[in-house]
Amino acid sequence: MPTLPPGFRLQRETNTEEFFINMGPQHPSTHGALRLALRMDGETIVELVPHFGYIHRGMEKQAESMSYLQYIALSDRQDYLTAIQNNLGVVIALEKGMNVGVPEKGEYIRVMLQELGRIASHLVFFGCFGGDLGGQTCLLFGFKEREMIHDILEEVTGSRLTTNFFRPGGSRYDVPETFIPRVKAFLDHLEDSMRDYERFLSKNIIVLERSIGIGVLSKEDAIAYGCSGPVLRASGVNFDVRRVNPYSIYDQFDFDIPVFHNGDCYDRYKIRIAEIHESMKILRQCIDKFPKEGPWRSKEKPVRLPEGRYYSEIETAKGLYATYVVAATTGEKPYRIHTRGPSFPHIAALNKMAQGHKISDLVTIMATLDPVIPEIDR
Amino acid sequence: MQENITLIQYFKRYLKRCITGPWSLMCGLSVSLKYFFDPRRIVTEQYPENRKTLKMHERFRGRLEMIEDQDGNNLCTACGMCERACPNASINVLATKNIAGKKVLGRYIYHFASCTQCGLCVEACPFGAIRMNQEFEVATTDPNSLEMILNKKEGQG
Ligand code: SF4
Ligand code: SF4
Repeated sequence: MPTLPPGFRLQRETNTEEFFINMGPQHPSTHGALRLALRMDGETIVELVPHFGYIHRGMEKQAESMSYLQYIALSDRQDYLTAIQNNLGVVIALEKGMNVGVPEKGEYIRVMLQELGRIASHLVFFGCFGGDLGGQTCLLFGFKEREMIHDILEEVTGSRLTTNFFRPGGSRYDVPETFIPRVKAFLDHLEDSMRDYERFLSKNIIVLERSIGIGVLSKEDAIAYGCSGPVLRASGVNFDVRRVNPYSIYDQFDFDIPVFHNGDCYDRYKIRIAEIHESMKILRQCIDKFPKEGPWRSKEKPVRLPEGRYYSEIETAKGLYATYVVAATTGEKPYRIHTRGPSFPHIAALNKMAQGHKISDLVTIMATLDPVIPEIDR
Repeated sequence: MQENITLIQYFKRYLKRCITGPWSLMCGLSVSLKYFFDPRRIVTEQYPENRKTLKMHERFRGRLEMIEDQDGNNLCTACGMCERACPNASINVLATKNIAGKKVLGRYIYHFASCTQCGLCVEACPFGAIRMNQEFEVATTDPNSLEMILNKKEGQG
């Protein structure tokens, strides 16, 4: 936060020499193998160029030789923090092609797991944000509740991270009987903890000084760069796929889309905290309305798509995740699958945000963008 | 970026933050201390000590195994659906012929090293002949032990 009045500090008259440094690819605060080439003037960033591709796995190419079902398993490995949401994105596109519906209970299972995944991802953000600013206690706080979500996911799907759970027409299993009580107990616990966590970080002077007014992304820039999710909404654009273009049964729930207007790091932090509360609201409504009886999966069919192009978009914790499936012939294999991940545009906008800030602020800005590099590199 | 504030305003704010700043840090510290001393908030598992009681969930995807009865009979018909479903080619089903000339399972070879525990093979099997067990301590120092033959007896099904 630049709080000095004009003329308080001597202006430098001589020009210093600019120099380059690399941040990453092995750097704890780049959240993965990302290299940022920085042109610096002293400690101030003049220009920043991100370099990708250190963990490129060619997933879209691999998909061409895979069956659709296998691609669902592969989508876990894109954004591993929200694997359950990626699954849904792929599955909705396949459902459009196969023309199958989902029974009501299946939809409830979907929405609940989606929101649990969103909370888990935002809790990782909360932890990493604190951790990147130097508070390692915070890192563990965030991961503590996330661990409980992963326990629930493990019981339901069989795996903690790579869930591979949704299938066209529903999901792979029904939820066990303990699911609803567990989620309920977890929500009560989280509500209690979130109060502590907000007390812990939201008013902390170090966080305030290091995030207010840092990395401002204007509304126009956010739209121009194609940002989505919390980053876009923190810049004052009210866009959420759950509201704009509802998928699954999101139109039946009563929840708010939090929007903040400053577009700085602190707003991007606040908006995620607010979204955790909104997700809890959705989960509570789900628990009340959860159908006890009824099928959870429509009749199982072989996953074969007729020729055509199918598109789906969903709102993951990071932003808009879209899948575009091109089926050239009727069959089990796609001709091409393209994925639009949310993190790439955010990193593209990083240059705009970081210019003129100090290098230590770059760490804050990176943390609040919450990028997942494997999702960019794919 | 610079704000348009006077020196007086600046110092006023500075002094105010001298008070509110440490206070906010104390608030944070109180949360830390609360979590440090309250035994109800411990969530870590004492892992190697609780090994006896630690049980994975029923759906946990560990190592692939073949469902066999006591005599080693299994349900596999060597149809190869699991082999085709596997994204990493971790399964080789080698069929053979029994005396009557019927196609039966010879060897069910499983490459654990390349398996990602996705569970697609179990889902694909039309006869329910395989499942994923609850084993999670699968680290080994011998890479050869990761190549397994899952069926004990040849020519079943
Ligand atoms: S679990 Fe997945 S990777 Fe492993 S053998 Fe089965 S299909 Fe292949
Ligand atoms: S395990 Fe199942 S799918 Fe695999 S070959 Fe045997 S019967 Fe076929």
